[in-house]
Amino acid sequence: MIQFQANKTLLTAAGRQQMDVAFEVKKGKLLTLYGPSGAGKTTILRILSGLTSVSSGYIKVDGETWYDPRKKINVPTQRRSIGFVFQDFGLFPHWSVYDNLRYALPKGEDPHLMHELIELMELGSLQHTRPIFLSGGQQQRVALARAIVRKPRLLLLDEPLSALDDDMRHRLQDYIVKIRKHYELTTVLVSHHLPEIIRLADEVIWLDKGRIRQQGTPEKIFPGSAPDSPHLILSPRTPEP
Amino acid sequence: MTDWQPLWLSFRLAFITTVLLLVISIPLAYWLAYSRWRGKAVIEALISLPMVLPPTVLGFYLLIALSPSHLVFTFTGLVIASLFYSLPFMVNPLLSGFKSLPPALREASYTLGKSDSITLIKVLLPNIRPSLLTGIVLSFAHTIGEFGVVLMIGGNIPGRTRVASLAIYDEMQSMNYAAASRYALVLFALSFSILLIVHLVNHHFSKPDPLS
Repeated sequence: MIQFQANKTLLTAAGRQQMDVAFEVKKGKLLTLYGPSGAGKTTILRILSGLTSVSSGYIKVDGETWYDPRKKINVPTQRRSIGFVFQDFGLFPHWSVYDNLRYALPKGEDPHLMHELIELMELGSLQHTRPIFLSGGQQQRVALARAIVRKPRLLLLDEPLSALDDDMRHRLQDYIVKIRKHYELTTVLVSHHLPEIIRLADEVIWLDKGRIRQQGTPEKIFPGSAPDSPHLILSPRTPEP
Repeated sequence: MTDWQPLWLSFRLAFITTVLLLVISIPLAYWLAYSRWRGKAVIEALISLPMVLPPTVLGFYLLIALSPSHLVFTFTGLVIASLFYSLPFMVNPLLSGFKSLPPALREASYTLGKSDSITLIKVLLPNIRPSLLTGIVLSFAHTIGEFGVVLMIGGNIPGRTRVASLAIYDEMQSMNYAAASRYALVLFALSFSILLIVHLVNHHFSKPDPLS
């Protein structure tokens, strides 16, 4: 279970705006952050991971406080059990795919999951290749595998499937569903892809200008009826396959 | 007969200085690249100062500073002076190397639970290899080329502080052009080869490796 509350001044293209967001995610559930760019979606992932600081707020994950300025607690990123898939992947260019995954594997950990991930993500033939020689979709698969390899308590995905074709996107969505169930991974996903949200999310937060505009199940948020529903805005670009 | 001792002293000085500078400059450049402390601009300016100051100014202050410790006119004194004199040639390439790396590299390593030092050694340094090489070579070459500072701190003592650049000046003064020319030629050829190697290697690094 994640309990999150944060206050922060965001510097966006439209100028300064105040972010004020609070939410909870139950253990093993997937929350999707949805909204226009500059709404604060990536910032929330960065705050959860400890990469970005906030003016006030708190973060509690499975009963463990990660951030609480009143108690002077701020667990550094390294000691938060997270897996983060960055928008630009953040793969280590000097290592092969295999070495990227190997670096992520905690010391003494059984490499079984790593080999399983290599197989599931179809990285077997690419494991000795360096990231620079991979396509965007291949890099995304490596980044996803690398984030999962250390079995984090909290998985943070910043548009992790955006560079994939529909077929691979589907397979990886299936895989995310499967691995989350298997390891009970609580997940926060930033996504613009409506079919993906409907398929993966247990809950959606629609953010706008640093505030929660709507919150609820995908069915509640995207009924396709409200005149300003994002479903209507996005559906021409992201048809159901 | 050429006296090889000044050349040997120059190389020894440059080698020791470069190794020490590498040890000092990696944490220093790392801190300058990632610290949010506002006063770091002052430190950056101080480090770069030897690039624009006349060597005699640096030599003068170092002479004053080292006098009480009896390090003036010793090889150790020369090494200390060279560390200050060549510091920007090591720190600045490393600093621009760190700054040119995408922030996601460091952040990704942190999210994988890796400490600052592991991230530095395993992720950041291997990705700034061209900057490391540039820093090493420039510091080495710059130390070999010192004149004003080594003259003031070292005092031109044969066998102890009389490095090649000073030997050239000495031979010139005694109208011994043949000897001066031999030292000059060695330094010229060496400096040129070093810079050529740096350019060739950096050219190689800037291309993706077709074998991987």
